[in-house]
Amino acid sequence: MLATKKDFPVFKNNPGLIYLDSAATSLKPKSVIEKITEYYSAYSANVFRGVYRISEKATDEFETARRLVAELIGGDKDEIIFTRNTTEAINLVAYSLGRKIIDKDDEIILSIMEHHANFVPWQALASETGAKLKILNIDDQGFLECHDNLEKKLAPLITRRTKIVSLVLVSNVLGTINPVLKIFKLVKKVNSKIINVVDAAQAVPHQEVNVRDLGADFLAFSSHKMLGPTGVGVLWGKKEILKEIFPFNFGGEMIETVTIKKTTFKKPPHKFEAGTPAIGEVIGLGEAIRYLKKIGLKKIADHERTLTTMALRRLKETFDKKITIFGPADPEKRAGIISFTFSNFHPHDIASILDKQGIAVRAGHHCAMPLHQRLGQLATTRVSFYLYNDLEDIEHLIDGLKKVETLLGK
Amino acid sequence: MNLYSELILDHYRYPRNFGRLDQPTHFSQAANPFCGDELAVYLMVSGSKIQKIKFSGKGCALSIASASMVTEFLKGKSVSYLKKVTKDFIIKMLGIEIGPTRLKCALLILEAVSRLKVSSNK
Repeated sequence: MLATKKDFPVFKNNPGLIYLDSAATSLKPKSVIEKITEYYSAYSANVFRGVYRISEKATDEFETARRLVAELIGGDKDEIIFTRNTTEAINLVAYSLGRKIIDKDDEIILSIMEHHANFVPWQALASETGAKLKILNIDDQGFLECHDNLEKKLAPLITRRTKIVSLVLVSNVLGTINPVLKIFKLVKKVNSKIINVVDAAQAVPHQEVNVRDLGADFLAFSSHKMLGPTGVGVLWGKKEILKEIFPFNFGGEMIETVTIKKTTFKKPPHKFEAGTPAIGEVIGLGEAIRYLKKIGLKKIADHERTLTTMALRRLKETFDKKITIFGPADPEKRAGIISFTFSNFHPHDIASILDKQGIAVRAGHHCAMPLHQRLGQLATTRVSFYLYNDLEDIEHLIDGLKKVETLLGK
Repeated sequence: MNLYSELILDHYRYPRNFGRLDQPTHFSQAANPFCGDELAVYLMVSGSKIQKIKFSGKGCALSIASASMVTEFLKGKSVSYLKKVTKDFIIKMLGIEIGPTRLKCALLILEAVSRLKVSSNK
């Protein structure tokens, strides 16, 4: 265990809980919960408008959180836009930029392993504008088909009509870590005007991510998957592009001056943050980043790799052919997310029986229906790890699955 | 009570009335896109009696057990019994405490049955 479970009050309130669903949402450390309470009890004021002391304190804490986010991913403070979640962050790009640059017959490149958050906004944009989606397929190992020879397999797909490439960094089902940097570099080499977007919702919480090293123009992730509160997402976008594109929402907080005839907008990032933001939650996210930095993202990644290696080994040696694991077999090439099918047992039955033993796992299509169609599965069972998990949790999972077999086997 | 009682597991392992009817007088289907479960019900009604009833499809233990028990209840009964199959009836019949997510599984057969257009005044 990397972080003590004592730091997470959920474990105290649910004795014996084995939480294996951090890919859905992470648990929150006490320090984050206390930080949110601190805002509401000590300086509960709106940001940017009060001239009084507690409003200035709230603004300071809010902007400190923005700075912490920027430092975490190697971006500039003015490039950090707070949204509600990853989904909204990607919608912002699809609306503000997509509707500006996409015309009929233009192309948007995605992959089959996208979460709906990085699929549906583009599909909607395409159907509205008459643009085309090009979907990168995967091989049977769960890698992008083009991953081993991008020059030969990906470059020909990029045409003069390609305007946007939007890819997931770490698959929320397969755990695959995509070679996004190499792909984005190649894309820019073919045509430097193409916009590269990366869905990093499953990456930023678990490994070191630096936007400058990725070759991305936009990067999106969520607070609640990285020990922070729900209700906050982050969109990082390149300064030059943010200056050019139109706001996504209009109204309070994002304006410079308003007259009956005309409104001028604030500079980025504020022109993209209409209305009172989730102040307490953003401040809570800042505290979550402090907690993550204290432990170190490299250590977290190593820890999860240890757990993943062990889980893959234990599942295979215990259940052999009865278990089918999707995604790369090599733990070095995947994250701490393991989706599987088990005999002919229904994932919902598996999850319900595990729940009775205090083990929380996810069952279903994990908001990735096109991927499940590609895998030929209606649903899978998924376990995912984070810094509070340990090797003992994996043994509980193995025992739990044995129980599933005893109950449902004929 | 445990979701996976002996009764439920027995109906899941050995579903009654599982299969199809070649020439049913009535037929309907229901699906749950959330988990991909789908069930079909086949009826052979003669006079006002359900002479034969079968179900087919795929699903979790709860949806299969529930379908097995509902079809078992209806077999050989008057078509007026179709109206007796309600949400509360099924929950009571299953005899388990069931959360809102899994309730949809147990009620998939209800959706199929309620779509059967059987007139009882023959």
